[in-house]
Order: sequence, then C-alpha cells, then structure tokens
Amino acid sequence: MKKFINDPYDVVDEMLEGFLAVNSKYVRLLDTARTVVRVDAPISGKVGVVTGGGSGHKPAFIGFIGKGMLDAVAVGEIFTSPPPNAVFEAAKAVNGGQGVLFLLGNYAGDVMNFQLAAEMARAEGIPVEQVIATDDVASAPKDRIANRRGVVGEFLAWKCVGAKAESGGTLAECKAVAEKVNNHTRTFGVAIEPCTVPAKGVPTFTLAEDEMEYGVGHHGEAGVARIKMMSADAVTEKITNEILNDMPLQAGDEVAVLINGLGATPQLELYIVYRKVKQILDAKGIVAARSLVGEFFTALEMAGFSVTLMKLDAELKSLLDAPADTPAFKQF
Amino acid sequence: MDTIGSAQMIKIIGYMCDSIEEQKDYLSELDGAIGDGDHGVNMAKCFRQIKAKLPASEGKDVGAILKDTGMVVLNSVGGAMGALYGTMFLRLAQEAAGKMEITLTDLVRMFKAAEKGIRELGKAEVGDKTLLDTVAPAVAALEKAEQEGKSLQDALSDFEQAAKKGMESTRDLMAKVGRASRLGERTIGHQDAGATSCYFILRAFSEGIKQ
Repeated sequence: MKKFINDPYDVVDEMLEGFLAVNSKYVRLLDTARTVVRVDAPISGKVGVVTGGGSGHKPAFIGFIGKGMLDAVAVGEIFTSPPPNAVFEAAKAVNGGQGVLFLLGNYAGDVMNFQLAAEMARAEGIPVEQVIATDDVASAPKDRIANRRGVVGEFLAWKCVGAKAESGGTLAECKAVAEKVNNHTRTFGVAIEPCTVPAKGVPTFTLAEDEMEYGVGHHGEAGVARIKMMSADAVTEKITNEILNDMPLQAGDEVAVLINGLGATPQLELYIVYRKVKQILDAKGIVAARSLVGEFFTALEMAGFSVTLMKLDAELKSLLDAPADTPAFKQF
Repeated sequence: MDTIGSAQMIKIIGYMCDSIEEQKDYLSELDGAIGDGDHGVNMAKCFRQIKAKLPASEGKDVGAILKDTGMVVLNSVGGAMGALYGTMFLRLAQEAAGKMEITLTDLVRMFKAAEKGIRELGKAEVGDKTLLDTVAPAVAALEKAEQEGKSLQDALSDFEQAAKKGMESTRDLMAKVGRASRLGERTIGHQDAGATSCYFILRAFSEGIKQ
C-alpha cells in the first residue's frame, strides 16, 4: 500500500483535524461525539437535516454541511457507519424546535445505528423522521427496489431537502421532498481500479488490464458483474440504458444529470461521459435541464464513475437551484 | 463450578479481547473476500477499548460489567457489528442486572434475550449468512443442555460446538442481508466474517470459565 498517511488507525481523526481547521467558518466538531455540525446550529425554527456514514467518500458527507444543505454529519470509520451516539448527538445539536430529518443510505450498519439513534432522540422528545436512499439500480432488481443501496443520489437529496428546510419547510414537507428525490433518482456505476482501505492495506479487488467491474457502489466493493473493458461511449450508453429501462422517461421530460467521479477518474473522462449521456438524452427528446460533473461521493482512490438521472418537476428544479454555501458546494 | 461470578466474567471478557486481537487478520481476510476487508481492524479497535476499560468494571455485578462492555461496543467503531454486538451485550446485561453471579439458567435467559435483540434489529433469519447463524444454534444448544441437566461447563462446551458448526455453515450459504448480499451467488464458498467474529465472542464464555 502506498498512501500519504500516518498510522492507518488515525486517518479519520487526522483528516477531520485538517478539515475542521480549514472550514471553521462553516463547521465545528461536537465535544460529545465525532459529529460535525453547522457552525450556527441549532437554527431556531428550522428542521435539522442530519446524515452520516462511513468516511472515505470526500467531499461527502462533511463537505456539504452549511447553509442550504446539511446541518450535521455523524462521522464513521472508513466505510463504516457511525455509532448511534454520534447520530443522537447530531440530532440534539441541530434540533431547532421543528424536529430532525435523518437522511441515510441503505446499508445494514447505517440503518441499524440510525434506528437506535432515532429511538434515543425520540426518548428525549425530539421528533425524528428518516428517509433511506435507494438510488443504485445495480444493487437489486426493481421488484426489490427497497433493498437497493443509496449512492450519490443522496447528494441530490441533501441539496433539495436542505433547500426545503432552509426555506422554512416543516419536518413532514422535508421528508416528502427526500422521498420524492429518491423516487425520481437512479444511479449506475462502473469501476476500473479498486481502492485500498488504509487499515486493510490491500486493494479491495484486482482486475486484469482488459476488465472492469460493472454495477459498483462506493465502498470499493466488487460490482454485480465483471465485464470486458469498453470505450467511454459504449459503457456510458450501456449504463444510461440501464437507468432509462428502470425509470422510463418521455420526450419532453426534464432531468438533472449528475456524473460522479469515484475518486481517481479525471474530470477529462467525466466530461467525455457527460457528453455521451447528453447525446443519448437529446436523441430521445429528454431535456438535461440541470447538469453536475465532478466528485460528489467518492470511494477513496477508486477509479470509476457513475451516471445519475433525477426526473425533475417544478419543485425539485427550484430546490436544486436554491442557494447553498458549504465547503464543497457553493451556489449563489 | 456451577456459576459464573463477577470476577470470572471479567476473565471471560478479557479472553474475548485477546481472541479478537489474535484473529484480527483472519477476520479481515474473510471480510475481504466478500466485503470491504475491515472487519478485523474494526473489531480489534473496539475490543482494545474494551480491554482498556475492563479494570474499571472490576468489582461490579455481572450485569454492570456486561453493560460497560456493551456501551463501548455500541459507541466505539459503529458499523452493523457495533449495533448488533452492542445490542447483544446490553441484552445480556439487562438479564443479569444486579447479580454478582449467574447460573446456567440465568445464562440461557440472557442469551435468549440477546438473540431476540439481534433478530429484531438485524431483521435477518437463520440461513441468511450472518452472525445469527452462529448465535441461534449456540443458544438452542445451551438451552437443550440446561434442560438435560448438564453442568455449566458441559453446557458451555455444547454452546461452543454449536456456535462453531453454525459459523462453518455460513461457508455454503448465499448472503441475503448486509453488504455482502449485493454479491449474491459470489458469496457462496466464503465463510461469513461476522459469523466468525461472533464465534470468537461466544467461545470466550466456554474458554474463559476455565481461566
């Protein structure tokens, strides 16, 4: 393993030390748990938006804490869900009297730890609702859609729900936005290089020069199939069709397109992928009304990307366009 | 010996900590085959904290010792394992609250409560290739041994044997829940890492009473 780290057991704490020092204008660390919150939390009268998960996904999750997005993030070990007290302390710290919405990805550890935290928060009288993201098409067939993983579609939920909460939306309204985003969003990912979890020291899988992993998530885990390497256009067409087969769109529909790099794929390649997605959508008369290309949710140094489409309506479009000011996403 | 006293429970947990430390590379290796390969690391990190805090539990009742352990497990490293093992220890603790020593009958009641907690939180069934495949047969064996009037030591020996068989059974199963379940048939042929760490935790009861 070749990485610029010190003791592998300390990577998360050392990363946080640096991140907090850089972003003290936006965020602070709680004394009670490894939980990062908006510097001005709790905001009276605003629903608190809380997420969390394992580390290794920069800029997710903590990069999106700030005005118009997240209020708090419970920080876990690399690719490991945070413990319940970190989520519970997050809920306490950001409850501005309107309750707290937990947004999480569909992973066994996250689901269990957030459930335990929700029980703890409700026992203290904090109203808590939760929405579990399931945007990853590859991870389960459509008839078991609730079993799917949540991947970078979560970013779109943070953006839209954060905007709703910032504009005074109630807990029920924020929850409804999160559910709508999840129902309207599909992602499909591929990878050509694995990543190495620092404390493990060896890559999560090995691929031959002419192979790729198809249908990957963002923990460096193998995909649903190993297939022959393809050109950017061929693989982009294949995965965009997976999404369109799963979530049929009509000519005239508007979508947000999100091309997410998984950590080691250069922007150069991501824009080539975007170009192809745009061509496919144009040919079908589907309007790419909003587009985002870059790294939003990575898997350490994994090389790969995902394509996400979110079907837009007037509400989602305006929430997506609302201002946000966070360390990793700014829109004015 | 027909009871486990509070000093013995400290030894059992100490033995557990040492086992996890010894097995950490093996656990990560198993996890690496169908998971992200960090199970051993996270378990070791958690049980190092338990070992460091164990002296502070000395002299407390069995329930309090298990509760101290459970709180560390629940709130140290997170993950599904933190939630499940945390729940396991806290349920064991609830059933042993206030007792300076526990009998085989107590232990059966404690482990039945722990199994129930794991089932409720994890929503897995036996055969889904999870730590429940280790826990459920072990608890059943413990209860059977108690009903047959076996000694504490013999009952725990049955418990350990059943746990081991349960752990080994996961090799031929396809994962139905948890992260590995995404790999479907690719999980067959690999022993489950969680079922394996669970075996080392349960084995500490049969081995730790001999210490």
